[in-house]
Amino acid sequence: MASGKAVRWHIGVFLAPAVLVYTAIMIIPLFGTLNLSLFGKGEGGPVFVGLANFATLFGDPRWSEAFWNALGNNLWFFVIHMLVQNPIGILLAALLSSPHLRMAAFYRTAIFIPTILSFVIVGFVWKLILSPIWGIAPGMLDAVGLKALFAPWLGKAEYALTALALVSVWQFVGIPMMLIYAALLSIPDDVIEAAEMDGLGAWAQFWKIKLPLILPSIGIISILTFVGNFNAFDLIYVAQGALAGPDFATDILGTFLYRTFFGFQLQLGDPHMGAAIASAMFGIILLGVCIYLFAIQTRLRRYQF
Amino acid sequence: MKKTFRIALLTSTLLSGAAWAEDVTLTIESWRNDDLTIWQDKLIPAFEAAHPGIKVVFAPTAPAEYNAALNSKLAAGSAGDLITCRPFDASLELYNQGNLADLSGLAAMANFSPVAKSAWQTDDGAATFCVPMASVIHGFIYNADAFEALGIAPPTTNDEFFAALDKIKADGTYIPMAMGTNDQWEAATMGYNNIGPNYWKGEEGRLALIKGEQKLTDPQWVAPYEQLARWKDYLGDGFEAQTYPDSQNLFTLGRAAIYPAGSWEIAGFNAQATFKMGAFAPPVQAAGDTCYISDHTDIAMGMNAKTAHPEETKTFLEWVGSSEFADLYANSLPGFFSLNSTPVTMTDPLAQEFVSWRGKCQSTIRSTYQILSRGTPNLENETWNASANVIKGTETPADAGARLQAGLDSWYKPAN
Repeated sequence: MASGKAVRWHIGVFLAPAVLVYTAIMIIPLFGTLNLSLFGKGEGGPVFVGLANFATLFGDPRWSEAFWNALGNNLWFFVIHMLVQNPIGILLAALLSSPHLRMAAFYRTAIFIPTILSFVIVGFVWKLILSPIWGIAPGMLDAVGLKALFAPWLGKAEYALTALALVSVWQFVGIPMMLIYAALLSIPDDVIEAAEMDGLGAWAQFWKIKLPLILPSIGIISILTFVGNFNAFDLIYVAQGALAGPDFATDILGTFLYRTFFGFQLQLGDPHMGAAIASAMFGIILLGVCIYLFAIQTRLRRYQF
Repeated sequence: MKKTFRIALLTSTLLSGAAWAEDVTLTIESWRNDDLTIWQDKLIPAFEAAHPGIKVVFAPTAPAEYNAALNSKLAAGSAGDLITCRPFDASLELYNQGNLADLSGLAAMANFSPVAKSAWQTDDGAATFCVPMASVIHGFIYNADAFEALGIAPPTTNDEFFAALDKIKADGTYIPMAMGTNDQWEAATMGYNNIGPNYWKGEEGRLALIKGEQKLTDPQWVAPYEQLARWKDYLGDGFEAQTYPDSQNLFTLGRAAIYPAGSWEIAGFNAQATFKMGAFAPPVQAAGDTCYISDHTDIAMGMNAKTAHPEETKTFLEWVGSSEFADLYANSLPGFFSLNSTPVTMTDPLAQEFVSWRGKCQSTIRSTYQILSRGTPNLENETWNASANVIKGTETPADAGARLQAGLDSWYKPAN
C-alpha cells in the first residue's frame, strides 16, 4: 500500500518553534564555543590549533593549577549544597506537610522568597551583614557573648568559600523544599493511614514510607543542584569580584572562565582559552548528568498508585 | 490602502533620517561613572555650545567591567564613537586590532609631552592613538584635625611614618590606617606602587626591570613588601573583609586617621569629609633622600576606528586636547591632573598639595603597567594578589617576590 501512513505534518509544525528557538540560542552557541576552543590567536586572525588550548589548560602548571583549584572549590561548593541545602529542604518540606502546622502558607512563602531575589541583592546584603565594620553579625554575636567567634569570614581564605556556599544555600533552600513538599503531598492518605494502623510512628513513617516515595524527587534535586553549582558564577562575582579573593579561595569554574574569556583589569581577554575552559565545564557537567541518568536514575524504584 | 501605508512608512523613515542628519550624536565609552554629572553638566555643554550640530552622550560602565564590556562591544560593532583609553597594553591591543584609530595627525597632539603620550603609543612611538587627559598621583591623605589633636606632624621619613602610626594606635581614638585587603587592588595600587618608587628609584628601577637588569627578587623590589607587611598592625579590625568603599567611608566618617590614597579620591573626599584634610608624599627611607612619586598616566581618549562620524569625533578630540578642556577638567575633577603642557591653575588646596610634589620629587608610573603585564600570568593581577597576601601575612615578602619573578620569567624575555 502506497499510503500506509499519512505524513504527520502537524508534529513537525508544532515542534518547529521550540526546536528553532532552542537551536538558535542553545545548540548553535554550544557548538560555536566548542569550535572556538579549537582555535588560537595567529598573526592575521584565528588559526586552527586542534587541542593545543586543552594541552595548555591541563599541561601548563600555571593554568592547570588554577583549573584544579577552581574545580576543587566548585566541588566543595556542591558538597555544601548537598549536605546542607538538600537535607534542610527535605526537613522543611516534612514540617510544612504536617497537618498540625499552623500558618504553613506563610512559612512556605517566607522561605521561598530569597530564591526570587536577585544575586546582586543577596550578595550585597550578606556582605553588609557579615561586614566587620558595619555589619550586624558581630553585634549580634556580641549580644549573646560570643564575639570571640566572629571573624571577617569573607576575607579569610579558609572560610570564605564555605561562607558563600552557605549564603547560596540560604538563598536556594526554597527550591528543594517546594519540590519535596509537592512530592510529599502526592503521597495518598490511605498509604499513611495503613501505616498508622500497623502501628508505625511518625518517625518510622518518614523513613519507611515517605522517604522511599520521594527518592525520585531527591534525585532530580541533586542533579539540578549539580548543574546549578557547576554553572555558578553570579554570587561569587558579586561578593568577591572577578579575582575571587582572598587568594583565589573562592575561585570557581565560572569566575575562572569569566576572567579568562573577558580579561580583567590589565589582563586581556582570551576567547580561545576561555572557550576551552567552557568546554571543560560542559564536559564535567555532561559527565555528571550521564552518571546520574545511567547509574542512578535507572535504579530508582518508582511506585504507581 | 496597502500602498498608502507603505508610502507613509517610507516617508516617515526618510523624514526621521533627515532629522538625524542635522545633529550628529557621539557616544563616549568610559569607566568613570563617578564623573557622569561633571560630563553632563560642565564638559559636554561647554563643547556643544562651541560646536553646534554635534551632540555628545557620556555612557560609562562600572570600572571593573569596563575592559570586558568594551571588548565585547567593539567585537559586536556596537561601541561608541569615543573610547576612553586605559594606559598601555589594554589600549595598545585595541589599536593593534584596528579598533582604535591612529591620531598622530591631530593638531592637539602638539600640546602634550612625549612622556604624557608614552602610555598611548606603539612601542616604537610611531603612532599615538589616544589624546592624553589626566594622570593621578599617589600619596597619603590624612585627617588634619586628628593629627593636630594628637600633636603629629605629617611624616616625611619611614621612621616618622611608623612613629605616627604607633602614636595614633596608642591613643586609640582613630584606626591608624584605613585600608582593607578584600578587593586586593588597593594593596597593590595604593600600597606597593605608592611606597615602592622610593625603593626602586622611580623610572630607573622601572626601566631596569623592563630591560631585565633588575629582578623582582632584588632588595629594592622586595623592600616595599616588607614595609607593607608592617602595615597589618595598623589596619582596622577585620581588614581582611574590608572593601574599598568601606575604607573610603571609614576615613571620611572620621574613624581612621590616614588613608593610602590616589589623587582621584580628592573630589569625593571633599564632598564627604567634614574635617580638615592634608596630604603627604610616600615617606622616604632616610631624611634627605630624593623622593619618588607615582604620577601615573591614567586616562586618555581615542577614536573608535569604525565610527560613522570620524570628522565630528576628531573635532571632539581636538577639543579634549585643548587647554580649555584641560582647565575645565582639572578644576571639575581635582585629583585628575592635566597632562597638557599648558599649566593649569587649580583652586583645590588638597589637589595643589599633591601636584606640588611634582616639583620636589621624581615622577614615575606604576611599575607593572608598561609591557610587563602583557602575558600570562599577568604581573599586575599577580601583584594585587601578592600585596594582599603580604599584608595579611599569608605570604612572606621574599616568597612574593620570588613567585612574581618566576611568573614573569615564564613568558617575558627582555629585549636585549
